[in-house]
Amino acid sequence: MTYTLPELPYAYDALEPYIDKETMTIHHTKHHQTYINNLNAALENYPELQGESVDELISNMNLIPEPIRTAVRNNGGGHSNHSFFWKILSPNGGGQPSDKLATAINDSFGSFENFQAEFNKAATTRFGSGWAWLVNENGKLTVYSTANQDSPLMEGKTPLLGLDVWEHAYYLHYQNRRPDYINAFWNIVNWNEVEKRFQ
Amino acid sequence: MVKLLLILNFIAMPIYELPKLPYELDALEPQISKETMEYHYLKHHQAYVTNLNNLIEGTKYEKMPLEEIIKNSDGPLFNNAAQTWNHTNFFLALSANPKARPDGELAKAIERDFGSFDKCKEEMTKAAQGLFGSGWAWLAADSEGKLSVMPMSNGQNPMIKNLTPLLCIDVWEHAYYIDYRNRRPDYITALWDKIDWAVIEKRYSDR
Repeated sequence: MTYTLPELPYAYDALEPYIDKETMTIHHTKHHQTYINNLNAALENYPELQGESVDELISNMNLIPEPIRTAVRNNGGGHSNHSFFWKILSPNGGGQPSDKLATAINDSFGSFENFQAEFNKAATTRFGSGWAWLVNENGKLTVYSTANQDSPLMEGKTPLLGLDVWEHAYYLHYQNRRPDYINAFWNIVNWNEVEKRFQ
Repeated sequence: MVKLLLILNFIAMPIYELPKLPYELDALEPQISKETMEYHYLKHHQAYVTNLNNLIEGTKYEKMPLEEIIKNSDGPLFNNAAQTWNHTNFFLALSANPKARPDGELAKAIERDFGSFDKCKEEMTKAAQGLFGSGWAWLAADSEGKLSVMPMSNGQNPMIKNLTPLLCIDVWEHAYYIDYRNRRPDYITALWDKIDWAVIEKRYSDR
């Protein structure tokens, strides 16, 4: 089995004006596709690893043979992170979470606004390429960031919300203004999908 | 008194400034567009310089040469100091009318250490294409003048390995995304046409 590009759950222009059509098209059909191609190439001679979902694959990095570990970390991480990212965005997103997740966010951060401020800080201060995350770590919610395509799954954390802060995610529309992109992101967060991951 | 201090503060010169470029912002077209230069040089490079000035103000780093800050810091200070230096090194090696090949001492060293000039370019290209995420490909010399090529992440610079940086290729996406989108290899191929080997020769003989 080889990995294939998942379809977006909305049109390429659906997230405008927050994320433009050209960015979505290149991000999905070029960047995401390249991670998948490179991951498939890395696994070509390892049929025993090919049946797993990409999330299972990268959850056990110590089981990945040394010669392909970096390739799987970068490209498996890239495939997993992007597949996740498309799903937690929605043209009908925004607002705030409800029920159990809202309570857990209040318990962990004091308020939704505090959580947002912490998340924004993680996303703004990640130097170079990477991701900001809200994760569930044994029932406790925390915010942090990872470099490049490293996934929280690689360190036993469950990602609930993630934001791609590689420059390719925002440069065509926001250029050097990463904070503007981060602010726009909150308008398209699909909290229903985030809540599902917290069940 | 407060007013006087405010005025003094206002007129105080920043310690580091954006270096002047010996060419216009559209001089590198079509390989690098004016728009890319406006963001890369006037926004990104300027932001590193501004952040650096803010971070060193009132600290022991204020009177340190930039190279010493780079060798003796980490975290945001290292990032902004190194990126200030790296971008200056990068932009000053580009030219509208570059010398296409090195001569003299550098040409001999390249032949000795890589086999040929084309091989050296090939290794640099490979390092630049293969670097995952943001960073740089570097050509550097050790204390004996021996040359090597290395990819380095984010703000990293060969100085931290006690090597003298000679040439760098910026592969942060901001360096090429406006002109080349995801096609980093096309950017690297184009960039070679704008690298001025006269500058690199001088850096090698001055090291």
